[in-house]
Amino acid sequence: MPEGREKVLLRLRVNGTEHQTAAFPSRTLLEVLREDLGLTGTKHGCEVGECGTCAVLVDGRPALSCLLLPLEMQDREITTVEGLAHNGNPHPLQDAFVELSAAQCGYCTPGILLVAKALLEENPHPSREEIEEALGGNLCRCTGYLKIFEAIELAAERKAGNVTQRRRDAEECAV
Amino acid sequence: MSRRGAETQRSALFNSASLFASLRASAPLREPQKTPMPKHSTKNLKIIGQPLTKVDGPAKCSGLTVFADDLTLPGMLHAKMVRSTRPHALIRRIDTSGAQAMQGVQAVLTGSELPVTFGILPVTQDEHTLAPEKVRYVGDPVAAVAAVDEETAEEAARRIEVEYQDLKSIFSIQEALDTEEPRIQDYGQGPNIHKLVAFEFGDTEEALEKSDWVQEDVTFYEGNTHLPLEQHSALGHFQPDGRLTVWSSTQTPHYVHRALAKVLGLPASRIRVIACPNGGGFGGKSDPFNHEIAIAKLSMKTGRPVKITLTREEVFYCHRGRHPVLMRSRMGFTKEGKITGLQFRSLLDGGAFGSYGVASTFYTGALQTVTYHIPRYKFEGCRVFTNKPPCGPKRGHGTPQPRFALEIAVDKAAEQLGMDPAELRLQNLVEPDSLTANWLRVRSIGLKSCIEKVVDASGWKEKFRQLPQGRGVGLACSSYLTGAGLPIYWNSMPQSAVQLKLDRSGLVTAFCGSTDIGQGSDSVLAYVVAEELGIDPDQVQVITGDTSLTPVDLGSYSSRVTLMTGNAAIQAAQRAREFLDAAAAEKLEIPLQRLTAAQGRLFDAQDPEHGVDFAEAIELAEAKFGAIGTVGSYKPPRSPGRYKGAGVGPSPTYSYSACVIEVEADPQSGIVTPVKTWIAHDLGQAVNPLLAIGQVEGSIYMGLGEALMEEQVFRRGVHKIPNMLDYKSPTSMDMCPVETFLIETPDAEGPYGAKECGQGPLLPVPPAVVNAVYDALGVRIDEIPVTPERVLKALQAAQKGQAARLGPKGFPTVPYPEPLWVPPPWEGGDGRAQKRPARKREPALQAQGGHE
Repeated sequence: MPEGREKVLLRLRVNGTEHQTAAFPSRTLLEVLREDLGLTGTKHGCEVGECGTCAVLVDGRPALSCLLLPLEMQDREITTVEGLAHNGNPHPLQDAFVELSAAQCGYCTPGILLVAKALLEENPHPSREEIEEALGGNLCRCTGYLKIFEAIELAAERKAGNVTQRRRDAEECAV
Repeated sequence: MSRRGAETQRSALFNSASLFASLRASAPLREPQKTPMPKHSTKNLKIIGQPLTKVDGPAKCSGLTVFADDLTLPGMLHAKMVRSTRPHALIRRIDTSGAQAMQGVQAVLTGSELPVTFGILPVTQDEHTLAPEKVRYVGDPVAAVAAVDEETAEEAARRIEVEYQDLKSIFSIQEALDTEEPRIQDYGQGPNIHKLVAFEFGDTEEALEKSDWVQEDVTFYEGNTHLPLEQHSALGHFQPDGRLTVWSSTQTPHYVHRALAKVLGLPASRIRVIACPNGGGFGGKSDPFNHEIAIAKLSMKTGRPVKITLTREEVFYCHRGRHPVLMRSRMGFTKEGKITGLQFRSLLDGGAFGSYGVASTFYTGALQTVTYHIPRYKFEGCRVFTNKPPCGPKRGHGTPQPRFALEIAVDKAAEQLGMDPAELRLQNLVEPDSLTANWLRVRSIGLKSCIEKVVDASGWKEKFRQLPQGRGVGLACSSYLTGAGLPIYWNSMPQSAVQLKLDRSGLVTAFCGSTDIGQGSDSVLAYVVAEELGIDPDQVQVITGDTSLTPVDLGSYSSRVTLMTGNAAIQAAQRAREFLDAAAAEKLEIPLQRLTAAQGRLFDAQDPEHGVDFAEAIELAEAKFGAIGTVGSYKPPRSPGRYKGAGVGPSPTYSYSACVIEVEADPQSGIVTPVKTWIAHDLGQAVNPLLAIGQVEGSIYMGLGEALMEEQVFRRGVHKIPNMLDYKSPTSMDMCPVETFLIETPDAEGPYGAKECGQGPLLPVPPAVVNAVYDALGVRIDEIPVTPERVLKALQAAQKGQAARLGPKGFPTVPYPEPLWVPPPWEGGDGRAQKRPARKREPALQAQGGHE
């Protein structure tokens, strides 16, 4: 064990649940979520705040968990991808991402879903430019972002009740 | 790259209101072919061709997909590697005592404990797990530690002292050619030359002499890296019964399995490699890696599970990405625009190890003849060693670079000949079901439709050379493999195999060694099995990428999986149908031929009400035959080339692409902004158009990154930018709209006629961008990435009255060997090398500095 390092007791509220865990104070929120709380849905791509992969919501706003110290998060509400579904029902964004295959490797997906959730809560009808801008800090290497934009737009339209059954449309178009 | 202008023309395609129109607009087109039809009927397909969701979609969108670093085992230790800080040095001494003394450190490993070398190719087994005597690049691993937690492992790694004796370092292609001593590797075809190859298919000098125009160019394609968002991670567990399990973020569990057995000296039958879903690969996780072997050995030393996850910086050092390649091409044309012949030279900066480099070198020359008909062709290739992380396969493996060179050359030649570049390309199409000059068998070809489609959709004829200054369009085409014809270890065994287990619950489990790296191979496996058995993909469970549970599939590389596992799955499923059909027909008392399977039932085609459901059919089959399990496998057809070196390039079939890119190029800032991309891709048959379009869009994105910003560059052997902030890659704000057209030319070799779509669409992007920059600004940028600096330099040169071009000045002297002489099929060859006819000797082409 590195000398002079002692674990501290952390109290974190994640996805509506209080957690207590002991961790080195130098551990980032990302590390504590993944290593100490077993919430491995939050991913890491650089661990220095460059790729957006580890994005979570803190009090509803996007934040990079690799740059946050859990000690400072103790009275905050943290949301991770595991907290997106409600009573076992996927969030409309999750449905839309699945339906349009906006997740290829799926590694950047948790962070992007959370950033998109924050966007739609602040701006239920974002334009394409607003979506592009909101996701400006989240790298994706598989999709070229286009299916992600479309999925966010689909989720937004669904929330507004504009889109009915997507499956039917897809079947029509495949003729 | 800045945001595109507000006036950017937006495709209705990507406007959310017409979301579904996007799929309709891209409803595949059929190009008529005279080639043999697919073995598997494409009529009445129920699942193939549908825009279904991915089988792993829900898990990936819930954060529940388990990637390698998400794994934890009881008692697990964490490992860290110590990496060289010197580009080229002898290791004088390694002192691990500081690390050993730390509480929490369980094991320390150095190179002398693992003397056996490994490597992806059998001809270049040049890598040590940890360098025992000599380091060859900054980042080369020299020691590893395992400790109770990551913090302790990190601290212990810092306390390992390594004393180096520096050697002269080699950082550039020219230095590698010029340096006799020291040698980076002790093998190769020159002091620091790894590989030299040379072929000539017909007398190219004669062809060029007789041409009306010879287009001569020297071009350079800078190296770049895969940058998967998931850092490489591996977990090893050596159990007390002497069995080792390694979970890894690998695209090639089969080759990791081979390397572990070789280096660790364990029987392969006691090693199990499990490929976790990859968080992006793009070729960067296709080699067996040092860290995978190190954690296995550390687990053997400690008896505990050991995990390692590389830092982002370490991922840059693992690399195996795009080779920087300097190219010289001489391409002859008639005045009508027919290509007469091509002489092509490549010079690859390989980095410090072999990796896939021999194959990469061949690939810089192999597919030129597949894209356009080239009657005579000469290729000379060379790969050198330098003290940098090894280069290897990145999406398109060795072929985007020559495509870049040649698509620029074609654009320039069209201008010389006064032809439209699209028309010139249409003049030089390869015939379907024919042989190329270098003896590759091409089958279905949809390039004509691809070109016509993008020309039409982009308004090419109204835009080319007619847009205002600062705005331009560029066109380029390409072709790509659908799987390599030969396996890495040449043998007669299948390259892919699928096992099916049919359960009386109605569940079908498909086992296959294939690895889902995000491209959707697990889904394709489920779709194919479901199609053949007449059930829903939900009824198929896929178990993949596990060397103990699944039959061998060679891995997710060379765009091989859909075709090879697809064909293997069809065979396995058709064999299963034989059992089910026999049992069901007996029960239904109808002739076998009348039995049909669809929608989860087997029934009488003449009386659909008369049938049994799928689970019942399995019960009947089990009762009649015993437990039901079947296998299927696939091996590509033999290629007709018989000369040495003919093994790289053959493929069961090739995909084709054409794309038009419109750019804005600001003459003040030099910034080039893609406005829109139109791409048509011939994929034989869309297995799932939604996923296919996703692959095409991802390829365009990655191609734009390579064309405009991505570069893996070094300063005095140290990676200049080993982080994601400085290594520029396109963000959501840099991506342009893409209009994708899927062109279908059902191919006799593909499952239901399908060909690849995950790599080929990248190839035309970089040349289309530079051709568009020329259309916009009138300057030729003959090297990528097209950074603002390069554009401004070219503009400045033009203003000074110099050539309006930026690019390499010349091509060095390379000791290419006398080419192997192989007459093309239309000149009486039989696919074998022959003695060169006594005709006049070819003039030396070694002149320095000649271009255009």
